[in-house]
Amino acid sequence: MMDVGRHPRIKLLAYSEVERVSGSVGDFQVQVRKKARYVREDLCNSCAECTKVCPVALPDEYQMGLSSRRAIYIPFPQAVPSAYLINTDDCLGNNPIACGKCLEVCEKKCIDFDMQDELIDLDVGAIVVATGMDVYDPTEIVEYGYGTYDNVITSMEFERLICAGGPTGGHFVRPSDGQRPQRIGFIQCVGSRSTKYGSPYCSNICCMNTVKDTLLLADHYPDTQASVFYMDIRAFGKGFEDLYLRSKDAGVRYVRGIPGEIAQDPETRNLRFVVENTLTGQMEEHELDMVVLSVGVTPRTDSNLVQRLLNISKTGDGFFMEAHPKLKPVDAPSRGIFFAGCSESPKDVKDSVTQACAAASHVQILLNAGEITIDAVTPEIDADLCMKCGKCAAVCPFHAIHWKKGELAEVVEAACAGCGNCAAECPFDAIRMRHFTDDQLRGQIEAILADETHRRDKLVTFACNWCSYAGGDTAGTERLQFPTHGRLIRTMCSARVSEELVLYAFEKGAPMVLVSGCHFADCHYINANRSTVLRIERLWDRLEKLGIRPERLQLEWISAAEGKKFAEVMRVLDAQRAAVTDEEIAHTMQVLAKERAQREAKARARQEKILAKRRAAAQQTPAEAAP
Amino acid sequence: MSNGLPRTGVFVCDCGLNIAGTVDTKTVAAFAEKLPGVACVVHNRYTCADPGQNEIRDAIAEHKLERIVVASCTPRIHETTFRACVESAGVNPYLMEMANLREHCSWVHVGEPEAATHKAMDLIASAVARAQRLQPQIEPKIKVQQAVLVIGGGVAGIQAALDIADGGLQVYLVEKEPSIGGLMAQLDKTYPTMDCSI
Repeated sequence: MMDVGRHPRIKLLAYSEVERVSGSVGDFQVQVRKKARYVREDLCNSCAECTKVCPVALPDEYQMGLSSRRAIYIPFPQAVPSAYLINTDDCLGNNPIACGKCLEVCEKKCIDFDMQDELIDLDVGAIVVATGMDVYDPTEIVEYGYGTYDNVITSMEFERLICAGGPTGGHFVRPSDGQRPQRIGFIQCVGSRSTKYGSPYCSNICCMNTVKDTLLLADHYPDTQASVFYMDIRAFGKGFEDLYLRSKDAGVRYVRGIPGEIAQDPETRNLRFVVENTLTGQMEEHELDMVVLSVGVTPRTDSNLVQRLLNISKTGDGFFMEAHPKLKPVDAPSRGIFFAGCSESPKDVKDSVTQACAAASHVQILLNAGEITIDAVTPEIDADLCMKCGKCAAVCPFHAIHWKKGELAEVVEAACAGCGNCAAECPFDAIRMRHFTDDQLRGQIEAILADETHRRDKLVTFACNWCSYAGGDTAGTERLQFPTHGRLIRTMCSARVSEELVLYAFEKGAPMVLVSGCHFADCHYINANRSTVLRIERLWDRLEKLGIRPERLQLEWISAAEGKKFAEVMRVLDAQRAAVTDEEIAHTMQVLAKERAQREAKARARQEKILAKRRAAAQQTPAEAAP
Repeated sequence: MSNGLPRTGVFVCDCGLNIAGTVDTKTVAAFAEKLPGVACVVHNRYTCADPGQNEIRDAIAEHKLERIVVASCTPRIHETTFRACVESAGVNPYLMEMANLREHCSWVHVGEPEAATHKAMDLIASAVARAQRLQPQIEPKIKVQQAVLVIGGGVAGIQAALDIADGGLQVYLVEKEPSIGGLMAQLDKTYPTMDCSI
């Protein structure tokens, strides 16, 4: 912590919040609000004279409310920056009648009640998201009586009570009577691995934290009897099993079973419960002096704000989503943004440090190059064809298209990842995806369906580069066998596949068309595949209206790991393909050729109308501008 | 004859027996020769190996090839290899296209050599059609700011900020609370070392 404060290349903005982020990889523009502390950071030497005279007492957040602090305070003695601040919500203010006592005693004159918030603009090439996690609040579990029973505490409160710098100076006592507890129980998985309370996931750190706590107790007070009530002890890391065994050797009793309800003795404030020891099958009755709830961790409550600011995604558990769970666990799907620590998933100190080091390396790799290249798969907008409707900007998952009403859409290449959603959405064919043009994709469709006699054998499949095409590769690597009729056309994302491309495949004689992409949470373009769903649903309606069986178009999510699913989909769809008759195909080709001719004529007329308007406006403008 | 289409070279890879064990690569190569715009077809044992890559470079020079189709394995493995190969022979890397005859064909249709061979032909025809419509591309270059924003000053933010700053870059560490330290600063001891958190 101290190293951060004195590092020549680290500008620490404490008590500050990011308010705005724009730009993209290599050049983000960031605005930070540095909140007024009302104490000058550069002058304050933490002499503590001000606190001595402050008349306001409030619960101390750092000590988990187990002691009090003043309205002018320092969060904890080792705080960095080492400076006091005033909590103005509770301060009586700089009013001579009300208070202002701290002003009088501050010899260095660093208290400034007129201090204002400061807005700071920064230009950065990369962003590391290390926003951490919250600790689960077990108040909702009424069965455990946290907040009602004095001697039921959380594992965070345990930390403060056992700490030499804590409210009791490290003397471990019961909140009800200040006496040292002899019989202490730890209940595991509070708010974790539960569908009823807290979260369904394992919080990763609580087992080992309890093992550590029991060792601290055994060290400080060898006469205490600690019991741990658990579902499973997950001691999977390096050296963890050793610690667990040391805890057992120290006499800690591990009981496999979680109590359902705790009762408090109104006299002694002791805690009683019955629990089934699932290893012995016996019901056990316990009376304890203190119960520690080993609470899990949750995504931060303000993570929605960070998500919105940075335009990043979350996985189902509420933590931020990495670009790939195995291969890019540190990168956000948006280039130039990296994760460190618990913002991405619950982690202990070692894993947080490891991920932070990895994030730092990735930042260095990105920035040390000085300049970066991006794949030439970005869109080009044809200014003549663009009708300024803004649909492309609305579906871009990366906000990489700038558009204002009445203006031409403009691509920010650095922010674009090349999914092609915009090109598929554009109603005027005004967007050309580099390296994945309509012309190129149509060329592939034509080549696959060129041979009239075998046309009915072809299952035209659009597969996204990251998941479904790769899922096909996995099927190959695993040598899974399936019918030979699939013909894959690779796109970067399933969202590149426009309705017109699918119709074109049917028009050229495809008996079946499959569009396949990544599962929702795995989309490599944040959520572009949501647009795929909408397009397929629209297509099903369109096909039905045209008298074409909608079942001939299928949508499947296949991940890169799902070789088996890929093979199964190929098997199932091949049976469906075989059932499509030659008459059906001939009818479809005829209907769609007509439909396309009409559609294209209509589009041309519409475009011509808008262009005529545009020309008229262009002729008027110079005349109006003339003096 | 290239019939006004870009002069295209097709390189059919046996991949030892990985492809040739199921797909009749000779028939496939003969089929490719008849595709419009195809100026030369080369049948290699291993296209990705140095001799195979040299054959691509030689054919580009000899036949003045403008588009290259490599019919071998998945582009997810060797697209980079063949892009670099054609670039070294003066062809824009975006003018190289692959047909996936191994993962998507020979490996998954082992017992069906005839149908697999037909599929391989389709995959090549599709790749050739695509290749002839490809345009040269220049990858856009972007300058990067030599500064980094770290949001959050807990143990992870602190570690990341220190590492990045030690590496010579300017770091802005933004912390919502009045002090850095995060949850870690509230812990007494940390496992597995059982030492102080601050």
